[in-house]
Amino acid sequence: MRKTSVLERIRLLGRSGLDVLEALGRSTLFLIHALFGRTGTRNGFQLLVKQLYAVGVLSLPIIVVSGVFIGMVLALQGYNILVDYGSEQAVGQMVALTLLRELGPVVTGLLFAGRAGSALTAEIGNMKSTEQLSSLEMIGVDPLKYIVAPRLWAGFISMPLLAIIFSVVGIWGGAMVAVDWLGVYEGSFWSNMQNSVQFTEDVLNGVIKSVVFAFVVTWIAVFQGYDCEPTSEGISRATTKTVVYASLAVLGLDFILTALMFGDF
Amino acid sequence: MQIRTLEIGVGLFLLAGLLALLLLALRVSGLSYGANGDSYKLYAHFDNIAGLTVRAKVTMAGVTIGKVTAIDLDRDSYTGRVTMEVEQRVDNLPTDSTASILTAGLLGEKYIGISVGGDEELLKDGGTIRDTQSALVLEDLIGKFLLNTVNKESK
Repeated sequence: MRKTSVLERIRLLGRSGLDVLEALGRSTLFLIHALFGRTGTRNGFQLLVKQLYAVGVLSLPIIVVSGVFIGMVLALQGYNILVDYGSEQAVGQMVALTLLRELGPVVTGLLFAGRAGSALTAEIGNMKSTEQLSSLEMIGVDPLKYIVAPRLWAGFISMPLLAIIFSVVGIWGGAMVAVDWLGVYEGSFWSNMQNSVQFTEDVLNGVIKSVVFAFVVTWIAVFQGYDCEPTSEGISRATTKTVVYASLAVLGLDFILTALMFGDF
Repeated sequence: MQIRTLEIGVGLFLLAGLLALLLLALRVSGLSYGANGDSYKLYAHFDNIAGLTVRAKVTMAGVTIGKVTAIDLDRDSYTGRVTMEVEQRVDNLPTDSTASILTAGLLGEKYIGISVGGDEELLKDGGTIRDTQSALVLEDLIGKFLLNTVNKESK
């Protein structure tokens, strides 16, 4: 009896490993089909514009508000620490580097997963459960091209832009707190920042990070919606999975990318 | 919603993103003198670079004229070799100029200060500054001071 239960556990482990591999394979095929499949739709540009509006423009408020507040908090905390060493001018450099290298891409990725990713999953899952996807197939329209591809591209395009906007408003919020409220000299605030921030190393690496996060988050969101069980419970589970997987993927990839970009190996 | 309104919204969003990137490039990272073309390389050997880092600034009379681009150990002379990119507009440095490692601010940020010599020959691209002054290492100074006091007391 005991022996079979051990064997049974090993079998279950193998089964779950195979399931993970299968899901990975399916999602990769799904992505390749959606992005590079041959049959395109004629009004693809308008579909993309609609999705850019839903995914990008409607995410702007939360990105801008969180960006400003995170920049302000960074400046406040940084000032409190640096003023002990009499080098409060370095607060600009600290705020800018923190936002550009880390918080801009990462927090945008997390917010994007919560705001846009969950919406994408729920929308596609809902289409699936009301059989809109199969109806499209019935009339000869590829749902991967008509529904999925514009959403994927919209995510890829809008998240890097959102991350850049996040960094800029964050730096602006930091400048407001440090220069206007705490009285750091404006000239040294900006010149310290410009001396330490490198365009290729800091700004572009941040943008590269956000491109990678955009790719992963959108992919997870769209695939979870497309792959979910077509019931209300299945949709809610898929939405939860999107936020959890996407957030974990952003944080894990962030460590790897940081090690590759800024580590010495 | 009308497709026209959507398109205007998306257009504004894309514009805002590009504008933000431009702001980051010009206002935050201060893209000014490029690394290539309008600058030239100089080398200097120091006995001890003590905390000088890549990207540290190179100054002359307090004005920034370039930056440190690489630091490595010279195998033959056992000295630290510092590679500097100096702006092309400062192309009239005499060969006997002095490079010293100086300290700025309370946090001890190191930079290179160049003082002009009097030679008529000028440093060219890839030239080496012979006359250098290493960084002040506090441990050395304290060690010497302590040794001095001990010696005095023993006499």
